[in-house]
Amino acid sequence: MAEFWDIYLLPALIIIGQILLIVVPLLVAVAYLTLYERKVMAVMQLRKGPNVVGPFGLLQPLADGAKLFFKETVVPTGANKVLFLLAPMVTFILSLIAWAVIPFDEGWVLADINVGGLYLFAISSLGVYGIIVAGWASNSRYPFLGALRSAAQMVSYEVSIGFVIVTVLLCAGTLNLSGIVESQKGDLGLLNWWFVPLFPMFIIFFISILAETNRHPFDLPEAEAELVAGYQTEYSSMAFALFFLGEYANMILMSGICTVLFLGGWLPPADWAIFTWIPGIIWFGVKIAILLFVFIWVRATLPRYRYDQLMRLGWKVFLPFSLLWVVVTAGFLVYFDMVPA
Amino acid sequence: MIISTIAFYLFAAMTIASAFMVISAKNPVHSVLYLILAFFNSAALFVLLGAEFIAMILVVVYVGAVAVLFLFVVMMLDINFAELRQGFLQYLPIGGLIGLILLIELILVVSGWALSPEAIQVGSQVAPVMTDLTNTEQIGQVIYTEYAYLFQIAGMILLVAMIGAIVLTNRSRPGVRKQNIARQVYRRPEESMAVRKVEPGQGV
Repeated sequence: MAEFWDIYLLPALIIIGQILLIVVPLLVAVAYLTLYERKVMAVMQLRKGPNVVGPFGLLQPLADGAKLFFKETVVPTGANKVLFLLAPMVTFILSLIAWAVIPFDEGWVLADINVGGLYLFAISSLGVYGIIVAGWASNSRYPFLGALRSAAQMVSYEVSIGFVIVTVLLCAGTLNLSGIVESQKGDLGLLNWWFVPLFPMFIIFFISILAETNRHPFDLPEAEAELVAGYQTEYSSMAFALFFLGEYANMILMSGICTVLFLGGWLPPADWAIFTWIPGIIWFGVKIAILLFVFIWVRATLPRYRYDQLMRLGWKVFLPFSLLWVVVTAGFLVYFDMVPA
Repeated sequence: MIISTIAFYLFAAMTIASAFMVISAKNPVHSVLYLILAFFNSAALFVLLGAEFIAMILVVVYVGAVAVLFLFVVMMLDINFAELRQGFLQYLPIGGLIGLILLIELILVVSGWALSPEAIQVGSQVAPVMTDLTNTEQIGQVIYTEYAYLFQIAGMILLVAMIGAIVLTNRSRPGVRKQNIARQVYRRPEESMAVRKVEPGQGV
């Protein structure tokens, strides 16, 4: 019995504890990301934003959550009930499981697997299922149109995201995410991070993750003016809340991936004592917060793309360019004999 | 390792069950979703084998791309289920015949199955090399050295298929107005705009 405890039960309990340590702060972060977004947009539009519930509106996310929790879950008569309720769960779960391989600090990673980059790519390519199934199972026109748009959009931008990841992998020489962060260590500090040598890819990656998370200016799947709320139209209460949480958790996740690939993960921007004294997880969080600020900034600034422009950008601009850049990077590395061993 | 054995049987059973549901589900969308479940369980089996690279590629390619397109097409189909079941008896004999022929062929092939002596020799030689390389690196080293030409040919075939599909579906429709972004960007105010002074009561 003691053996059973040592081999199976104790490790299982430790892993569950680690998962909770990741998921609970993540959900709190998601809740406060909504407040962050509303506050930042409010300031950009010369408003005050939520400021009634709690000091500076700090309790607003909790109030919103409680409100959604007490609402009734309405399932449309014509809907496919099982799939209708499964879709938001899929979206939510997929946005959480990807965090298993993200390194928060040196060695702070739940599963330090060799194919971390591929795992993230696989999980992000599954995100489309929650949306497409939601649109189909609602058995309603606007959700279906929204789901089709979303599927086409996510498939299109995934291709260039794949090429961007390949470029970084070529330079880093490993698929392991901790290894990718380690490869950005150097004397130059911030200038050693991959966003400097691979700057065009960094920009392409950022724009692609805007499209991948269905954010402005690519929020066509839920374009209010055309599609009511897209695939979310028929959802209410906690089912809607799960979509909402999943979407925002995905934003944080994509910013996290961007941080790991291009912004040096947990590394401080320079090797000075005052910077190295700050723990790595703080740096990681700050970089994610900066990227999320850009997400919100873009939302407050840019008008929505038209659908054909969106497709043109994905297939005719990003895809050829990122493919070319993969070839150029590989050629450069081989020619100057800089291929990482 | 009793856990990995249990996991193997769990995933294997689920693969077979979901594969069975793919062909027996009445709704084609459910079929595709069961197919995805089958892919996932096969990926899990690869992970149990220690082939995590192939497992991830299976998920990325089949679940992330191929099945999405399947689902896309199947969702758009307008299927009348009553009509679908109508012809069942009518097609049963010919369907059964094809199934029977395939079964006989399979039996013939499997009963005549023999490994060539070379294959046995190779199989006995190449035991999985216990190096400290990850299996991603090992696959890369084999694909880009020994099988480089086959790999290139596979790529070429896919390219030809892609071009073929584009050629077959691409119709040039005359008279459709399209946005030419380069032209829009190069337009200048001077060539597209004129400021005139209009006298009252005269018009332009």
